[in-house]
Amino acid sequence: MATTSNLTTASDVLSTHIFSILNSVSEQFHKLPGSAIFLRYVKSSYQNDPVRSAVELFLVLFAIRYLLARSYSTKPGKVRLTEEEIDDLVDEWQPEPLVGKNTIFEDADLEKRAVIVGPTGPKCRLQTGRTVTNLASYNFYNLVSNEQLKERAIQTLRTYGVGPCGPPGFYGTQDVHMKIEADIAAFLGTTACIIYAQAFSAASSVIPAFSKRGDIIVADKAVNYSIRKGLQISRSQVRWYEHGDMADLERVLARVQKEQAAKKQLTRRFIVTEGLFENTGDMVDLPKIIELKLKYKFRLILDESWSFGVLGRTGRGVTEHQHVDAAEVDMIIGSMAGPLTAAGGFCAGSDEVVEHQRLSAAAYTFSAALPAMSAVTASETLTMLQTQPDMITSLRENTRVMWQQLDPRSDWMTCTSVPENPIMMMVFKADVINSKRLSLEDQTLLIQDIVDECLAQGVLVTRAKALSAAASGAKSDVYTHRPALKICLTNGLSKKEVEKAGTTVRHAITKIVTKKK
Amino acid sequence: MPRRLSNNLLSSSPPIPWPSFTSSEKSVNKPVPVPVPVSRPSKIAQFFSSTPKDKDRYNSAAAALLAASKAQEQAFLNSSPTTISNPTLSLPTISLSTARADSSNMDEPPTTLFQPLAPAEARRLQRQYAQFGPLNSQSHRYTSRHTGGEFSEPIMDEPPYFYLLTTYISYLILIIFGHVRDFFGMKFKADNYRHLKSRNGYAALNSDFDNFYVRRLKMRINDCFNRPTTGVPGRYINVLDRTSNDGNYHFQMTGTTTETLNMSSYNYLGFAQSEGPCADFVEEKVRKYGLSSSSTRADVGTSDLCVEVEQLIAEFVGKESAMVFSMGFVTNASAFPALVGKGDLIISDELNHASIRFGSRLSGAMIESFKHNDMKALEAKLREAISQGQPRTHRPWRKILVAVEGLYSMEGTMCNLPGLIRLKKKYKFNLFVDEAHSIGALGPRGRGVCDYFGIDPAEIDILMGTLTKSFGANGGYVAGDKALIDKLRVSTATTVYGESPSPAVLAQILSALRLINGKIIPGQGEERLQRIAFNSRYLRLGLKRLGFIVYGHDDSPIIPVLLYHPAKMPAFSHEMLKRKISVVVVGYPATPLISSRARFCVSAAHNKEDMDRLLSACDEIGNVLQLKFASGIAGGASPLPDSVTPEMEKSRKALEKHDKIAKQAVSRPNWTFDELVRRGVQDVKVPLR
Repeated sequence: MATTSNLTTASDVLSTHIFSILNSVSEQFHKLPGSAIFLRYVKSSYQNDPVRSAVELFLVLFAIRYLLARSYSTKPGKVRLTEEEIDDLVDEWQPEPLVGKNTIFEDADLEKRAVIVGPTGPKCRLQTGRTVTNLASYNFYNLVSNEQLKERAIQTLRTYGVGPCGPPGFYGTQDVHMKIEADIAAFLGTTACIIYAQAFSAASSVIPAFSKRGDIIVADKAVNYSIRKGLQISRSQVRWYEHGDMADLERVLARVQKEQAAKKQLTRRFIVTEGLFENTGDMVDLPKIIELKLKYKFRLILDESWSFGVLGRTGRGVTEHQHVDAAEVDMIIGSMAGPLTAAGGFCAGSDEVVEHQRLSAAAYTFSAALPAMSAVTASETLTMLQTQPDMITSLRENTRVMWQQLDPRSDWMTCTSVPENPIMMMVFKADVINSKRLSLEDQTLLIQDIVDECLAQGVLVTRAKALSAAASGAKSDVYTHRPALKICLTNGLSKKEVEKAGTTVRHAITKIVTKKK
Repeated sequence: MPRRLSNNLLSSSPPIPWPSFTSSEKSVNKPVPVPVPVSRPSKIAQFFSSTPKDKDRYNSAAAALLAASKAQEQAFLNSSPTTISNPTLSLPTISLSTARADSSNMDEPPTTLFQPLAPAEARRLQRQYAQFGPLNSQSHRYTSRHTGGEFSEPIMDEPPYFYLLTTYISYLILIIFGHVRDFFGMKFKADNYRHLKSRNGYAALNSDFDNFYVRRLKMRINDCFNRPTTGVPGRYINVLDRTSNDGNYHFQMTGTTTETLNMSSYNYLGFAQSEGPCADFVEEKVRKYGLSSSSTRADVGTSDLCVEVEQLIAEFVGKESAMVFSMGFVTNASAFPALVGKGDLIISDELNHASIRFGSRLSGAMIESFKHNDMKALEAKLREAISQGQPRTHRPWRKILVAVEGLYSMEGTMCNLPGLIRLKKKYKFNLFVDEAHSIGALGPRGRGVCDYFGIDPAEIDILMGTLTKSFGANGGYVAGDKALIDKLRVSTATTVYGESPSPAVLAQILSALRLINGKIIPGQGEERLQRIAFNSRYLRLGLKRLGFIVYGHDDSPIIPVLLYHPAKMPAFSHEMLKRKISVVVVGYPATPLISSRARFCVSAAHNKEDMDRLLSACDEIGNVLQLKFASGIAGGASPLPDSVTPEMEKSRKALEKHDKIAKQAVSRPNWTFDELVRRGVQDVKVPLR
């Protein structure tokens, strides 16, 4: 109709013939239901402005054209192919095998994995039939075969069965789970706590639950694999600071703050670090980090998987050890699998932090709950830690004895762990690496030889195994893992036995390294 | 005895506590101490008592059940009861429809001449049956197997448009209400919104917008989720009662529990038990091995138990090699990065579980998805992917991994394995089947979808599954060729960093597997498998006949019942809880916005009487809540006359379609509960209609 009015005003030489046609068309049009509404709309939008109507007409035509147009692929560079061509391409395509072949080293590694027959104790029997001193399990307090704990576990078995047969959201939350959550929260001094069915899954689930695309995470370069995967899945912007370097951390934090202030944007910002580092065994400087976090207004996610149950007078972790209020840390992630000899992990924090995870943490929402037996065991061991602090002191004593045997006395290796850490990470000294020109691969092979030699002498230790975080999709590898020999202390051995084992390890190191030209 | 009773569970249990591994066979024929029935039937038992046959000779003491069911079994299998020598059977034939004896009724005066059973014994049986119900008739069994022919998709029924429209309006109202409450809340109760606003230089931990759905919609019905429980999640589950004074933000425990019929746990084969051979075995192993393995698999977390479990799983699923993990979610989350990487393509079913998506994202491979179970859509995707190659560079994909689930936990559908194998042969992709729900629950031998379809497991590259569900343990496994698994053993993150499964969990897997494959107590594993298959079909058929819209394939033990309206989720859940049945309700975002549903997970621990109890409850609630939407196209029709076979009907339908004859009016299913119970058992054995 807009065109009609345009035409009539534009020219007056139109023949009556056209007029008559138009008249009949408009008559027909008026008969259509709803045409009055349409006309009213056109009249009110016309407002003596033909351009306006022309634009509207153009839009209508464009919409019609768009709706009638053939659908096309939005993928750039798509090649049009006929069905026959596609068939040919399908026939030609030869996929690579699903996985590559194992390398010789990987095969050897598999071959050498110890299979323990019977219980995991300070002395354990291997499938080869030998009984060895076990310095490889995280059986720090020798509670694996504790009779009292076993009785409690069996009682639980007789009340709850083994598995909870469902995720926590769908009737998988049992009263024992609520108890261990309350126990850990009370033990640490936080308001609330949430438990995960596996310790490894906790960190990689907690981080993406809070940090989303566009948020900023500042992380220590040496953080463990689980954290890295959490960082990757969160799709946040990750800034790294040098391992343990507080000055560098401050520099990064200041820069982030400056950038955000310039852009006038405020995103969630997190610092992610560990209490005791899984890769190096050393400890975080928590008071300094708390100071920086408060200064630059970051939140702190602290992974205490290796420090919870180990550090501090009663094993509350790095917060107790360095006299920091646990409530100052926004999220404390920990493990119930190591020192607590149960299974699973947890995240403790404020009410909001915990409740948010119950819906948004993938490993909590989409996985079956922890077996009741493990939850009860963790509750029991927590009580033991609080009531028997001498367990911790005697573990420290054993660790000290082992240190004396290895760190000052070995010419070849040094320990990167802090003296409180019952997991001793032994790496080659810098001058040994230089003088023998040892590549990372050489070091790994040498350490494997040391492990084998120790086993031949009746001491079971392990090599710190690591996957490259880049291998499975991470953009870049910011941290090179130093090959290390891992020695895990336990209460189950007497001072004499530890000394003896330490001597064996030292001699094994010397023997293997001196053999290497 | 004329034949060995296949129902070992029942036949061996009353004289001695659960049979040990060796003595079970012998114990079958031991004389049973005369159980003396308590007179009063439990009210619930009476209420749900199904068949008239049961009604005229009832008894209520749970202890007498065994004798009764034995008698029934004998009567059913063997029409000459004179041969029975078992002393128990000299009792008057007594029967009980459900296996319950309410302890509250135990102190009531007996009305028969028999002395009540020793309370301890009664309690023991009550406890046992609360975990695993007795099988009251041998006819309540069915073998889960694909019956041949094209594997067709289940017909998706839809409710009248009125219901769809009102569902949208419901959400609209909820959202408007939410915003109005937020508006005033932020004005007058600013404290409650503190954590949603940036303050003090910190951004909000979770944003107001992201949090809206949870805060304003989910919180209203939060009491239907995360219900805490105690005890064994077996046939019954004990729900801890709780109340809330602040709109479901916080709950207060009342200190009481409610024993409910458990239609919610993934306890497919009924292995959630605190007694019986599995629990005994677990106890033995815990005493021997201790509580934890205290290490990772790559270090020294491998025990001989671990090795044994892996061998048994590999043998069970029909692969060369297998490995176990301590958590199902992590199994997927770390298997994908170990299998694929940059330059690879994952084509994933759109309804795949979150763990598959998590793992795929970690792997760094490209991810495409195809319409749920649609083989045509998958083929189109494959053709495009192979012909176009990688985006922009057009280099061929290094490999393509198609990831599907055996049984989908929200839909109850199975993957179209025959179709996938056909495509696999042509397009040479690798196939990953996640059998989290299907392992144990499907197939004549419980070995998952391959077993169900009769397909050689060698056709599939990777079989993954969880041990949480059918086996009552925890964790997951991956099975494949030896070379593949050996590679995964050195390249999977959980192997290197995650704790290895605890001895208790391993022992549970081991004993459950041995039971299923008949190594211990032959017959019991088979019974469990056939019971879950029967229960699944029986319940599904019953729900369809009552007029509910039910999704999924006929043999699937996951039975979603569509509710549509958001307000019907809590209503359904509460009504069920009132009738002491615990169900799972799910809505957006786990399902599409409109198709909120309740989900029943059938178990071998249930028996037909439990299903009848559930159906009767559904019938009542369905009437009150107007849930009987079905139009009849998806089943629930009246049974065929005797002279007509299913094939004949099929060809008739095909002809009708071909000749475009006006569709015979499909009538809405409208069965009464009594009819349902009367016809149910026989109709379950023929193709459901």
